[in-house]
Amino acid sequence: MASLKDAAAIAGIGQTAFAKHLPESEKTLACRAIVAALDDAGIDPSEVDGFASYTMEETDEVEIAKSIGAGDVTFFSKVGYGGGGSCATVAHLAGSIATGQASVGVAWRSRKRGSGPRPWKNTAVQLPTPGQWTRPFGLLRPADEIGMLARRYMHEYGATRDHLFNVALACRNRANQNPAAMMYERPLTRDMYMNSRWISEPLCLFDNCLETDGALACVIVSAERARDCRHRPVYIHSAAQGLPAQHHGMVNYWNDDPLTGPAWTAARQLWKTADFGPQDVDVAQIYDAFTPLVPLSLEGYGFCGRGEGAAFTEGGALEIGGRLPLNTGGGGLSEAYVHGFNLINEGVKQLRGISTAQVPDAATCLVTAGEGVPTSAVLLRS
Amino acid sequence: MLTPVVDEDGAPFWEYAARGELRVQACAPCGELRFPPRPCCPHCRSFDNEWHRMSGRGRIWSYVVPHPPLLPDYAAQAPYNAVVVELLDAPHVRLVGNVVAAPDASLNSVDPARLRIGAGVKVAFTRLGDLTVPRWLLERS
Repeated sequence: MASLKDAAAIAGIGQTAFAKHLPESEKTLACRAIVAALDDAGIDPSEVDGFASYTMEETDEVEIAKSIGAGDVTFFSKVGYGGGGSCATVAHLAGSIATGQASVGVAWRSRKRGSGPRPWKNTAVQLPTPGQWTRPFGLLRPADEIGMLARRYMHEYGATRDHLFNVALACRNRANQNPAAMMYERPLTRDMYMNSRWISEPLCLFDNCLETDGALACVIVSAERARDCRHRPVYIHSAAQGLPAQHHGMVNYWNDDPLTGPAWTAARQLWKTADFGPQDVDVAQIYDAFTPLVPLSLEGYGFCGRGEGAAFTEGGALEIGGRLPLNTGGGGLSEAYVHGFNLINEGVKQLRGISTAQVPDAATCLVTAGEGVPTSAVLLRS
Repeated sequence: MLTPVVDEDGAPFWEYAARGELRVQACAPCGELRFPPRPCCPHCRSFDNEWHRMSGRGRIWSYVVPHPPLLPDYAAQAPYNAVVVELLDAPHVRLVGNVVAAPDASLNSVDPARLRIGAGVKVAFTRLGDLTVPRWLLERS
């Protein structure tokens, strides 16, 4: 059977500025990020023949291809479930390249979530299932849905708000090192965290990701081609999507064990096809739309046992020099929230050795997508 | 307030609720309860189903207390509680709802400090737009 292992690599990354409000359209921002990523790789846009993005992406490959001057496009794919699709965009392109369906793939996400509408405010798109069972009762926003899981998690395992603060602080500390991060000049203290306003108890303001305008893209080519590009190749070592049995979207209260989410499913596939394990990961980019997703993901991806994710965050474990430095650009909590795409690009920066919070000699990086929703993950190596 | 957008699978739940009955979909041949309702039994793949009446007693599995920004009708009652209740008859069946002081009381009618995971609750019903929806009353009030 053909293998995806190290067959394709990320050869270029690009991004726009991140801000609460950017004047340009999502389409313009998307084109800017994509052109920047291709320039970073040293590949002419006319060579692009593959595209992948999220189903929630509002710009489409037809308009993008036309605008950047792509040639004949032979592979295009969109992945569902919001931020759960982030790493799958890379995985789909890696697969398409490994199987000869495309040779230069572009994955992208452009979103004006900072100045644009909040999706949960749209009452016209109440999906009958599961929306009819949740939204009328005031469980309106992703923060409410994840807050429900978080309180149960805290109850079962003795996790506290200090554990969630550890996550928020690690991300903020890395953002304070990253001039591109929205929270670059905004340090966070425990006092600020503990006294901030509630969004959905037990989650406070700092447990929630930022609202950002911005776009990012990366370029994926075969491993062989990547070695001729401008920068050191970052190989896609392993990739997986995860939709567990009897799963129910973000409101995952209806299966037998709601605290083992899609991360567990993606992880089993990811490690099965990898040459190394969680103990060999030098740095991680863990999807952090909400702080509780981090301990849940640490458990799912095997960095600790069931129920140990909160305790894992103690003693500076997530900081530079700790057991598992994570979200080294600041993550969704403190760099930018662009549905997790900045986590992919930050993983590439770490393995090129150019992160603003560089982990010395980082050679392996796990990048994960949204937990709680059907998800995806990639293992990168230099 | 948002009213449930009913689909074909969920319609019987709301029809029984209008009669003051809490019923959960069950597979007719194998008897397995399933929620949310769906066309086919994931255990035996039968398409024959029936709706079993529950006692209406449950326990709080978890809860949140949402604060603004929220949709206007909900912001007006914030902070309020939203709970997940697991049914005593079928602990793997969990319903999102609200703990209230009386069936028709507002979503903020119970002090959140009185909520506990594991607390016993009993179903009640109230009108919401054209539909009847379940609410939950604390068993020890």
